[in-house]
Amino acid sequence: MSLSKQQVQHIAMLARLSLDDRDIDEVVEKLSSIVEFVDQLQAAPTDDVSPMAHPMNQVQRLRADAVTEPNERDRVQQNAPSVSDGVYLVPKVIE
Amino acid sequence: MSAWEVVIGLEIHTQLATRSKIFSGAATAYGATPNTQACLVDLGYPGVLPVLNEEVVRMACKFGLAVGANISRRSVFARKNYFYPDLPKGYQISQYELPIVEGGEMVITDATGKAKRIAITRAHLEEDAGKSVHEGFAENSGIDLNRAGTPLLEIVSEPDLRSAKEAVAYLRKIHAIVRYLEISDGNMQEGSFRCDANVSVRPVGQSELGTRAELKNLNSFRFVEKAINFEIERQVNLIEDGGEVVQETRLYDSDKDETRSMRSKEEANDYRYFPDPDLLPVVIDDAYINAVRASLPELPAAKQARFVQQYDLKSEDAEILTVSRAMADYFEACSESTNAGAQVIANWMLGELSAALNRDSIDISASQIAPAALAGLLTRIADATISGKIAKDVFEAMWAGQGTADEIIESKGLRQITDSSAIDAIVDEVIANNPSQASEYRAGKDKLLGFFVGQVMKASKGQANPAQVNDAVRRKLR
Repeated sequence: MSLSKQQVQHIAMLARLSLDDRDIDEVVEKLSSIVEFVDQLQAAPTDDVSPMAHPMNQVQRLRADAVTEPNERDRVQQNAPSVSDGVYLVPKVIE
Repeated sequence: MSAWEVVIGLEIHTQLATRSKIFSGAATAYGATPNTQACLVDLGYPGVLPVLNEEVVRMACKFGLAVGANISRRSVFARKNYFYPDLPKGYQISQYELPIVEGGEMVITDATGKAKRIAITRAHLEEDAGKSVHEGFAENSGIDLNRAGTPLLEIVSEPDLRSAKEAVAYLRKIHAIVRYLEISDGNMQEGSFRCDANVSVRPVGQSELGTRAELKNLNSFRFVEKAINFEIERQVNLIEDGGEVVQETRLYDSDKDETRSMRSKEEANDYRYFPDPDLLPVVIDDAYINAVRASLPELPAAKQARFVQQYDLKSEDAEILTVSRAMADYFEACSESTNAGAQVIANWMLGELSAALNRDSIDISASQIAPAALAGLLTRIADATISGKIAKDVFEAMWAGQGTADEIIESKGLRQITDSSAIDAIVDEVIANNPSQASEYRAGKDKLLGFFVGQVMKASKGQANPAQVNDAVRRKLR
């Protein structure tokens, strides 16, 4: 299966990647080749196979409902480009 | 104009009342200083792993069993991918193809008073996002991630609801049940219980569904009703004017009482779900389910039926009294302490007590007047120590913290006058002071009985036993 230009632009939008018009043909070609590679899986007979949700044949371990993490705000906020009064600042997002 | 049928389905997000987050050991307390309850897992730092909180599994099971749903023996977490500043990882961990709860139903009362079953599609576990603050940061938005990772149970109904009123009735039932189960505090102002509504209309008789709009930001029962009614009218007007409803997300603005399109959500509606490789399937066995089932409390519908049966209450009253466990417990504690009668207790709880609690914004569990204290007051009405009218004054004094009913009756001298010679004396005096009315009454103007009774009650400062006063006036004016 090869991807259309529109599909690639849609995927780029979902991934918040800006894609130059002059690069798009090349990206379409490269992504299509990856999808085609994966397409080989479609050929495998899976009629009698139930869908696998996880490759490991194990079950989830659970933790007790207890507060174990201390407040490390000051330390982690050193990694943020911009903070004010303890909140992270981002470009204005409003509906 | 043709007739339209309204079709509504609700998605309810209820925050689970755990101490720590769904996948991390950070605290979940409401109202903490921004970002002090967001640990590395909640912040989406590289190299961290989510570990599921056992309590959220138990809470989801409780809910599922309470609504007669199937508890999945094996459920799987999936990633829902989208970008938003309050979602640090770029995906929300949710459940998609294999949710923990499937099926179930809730019975509501429809407009005609009949029981109506609303099917529940599923309920799945997921994490909440953080909060964006748009005011006060000039060119920026502020992000508080304390809420990121708070456990949510999303309860999805089938499109079985046919009016805004039915939607609210269903929402109230779900609200009551999560509070009974003590899996959520249900606080809508604080966002612990939120609702989105999928609303569409179609001509009556058409089986195919109309195009739906998803309404967001419905954070009170009143707003749910208003927003849905606005949206129904908008869609009907649109179609009747030759337009078409587009599938979109609309935000309810309670200030303007209208819904408006959130265009930004439209193209983002492609979440590319896939199983989260960081989390293994959750496996639940029968022994676990049986243990959870054994821990369930008596649920609202069962309690309501029992109240009608055991206490001979009206069904409507029993429904209100069983809205919360605290309310129902109050009623039962009260009825154990007095012989005043269940309906009297119900009337006082739904009247005087509810009014006082609402006035002062107090939950019944924190009422100034404890059940035994209210029972003490109602006992004094039942044994004719005070009249129902005086009892209202005593109630207010009790509410103001002036003591028990007996103390207040004693200290204010409110004991009802039942001594017939004392009542006769007051009646004689009132008749002597109103000779013309007395002769009019004797001449056949029966309506004046009320006048005399009123005067005697007034003269006795409301303390004379009204029934005895009535008798005495009739006897003396014969």
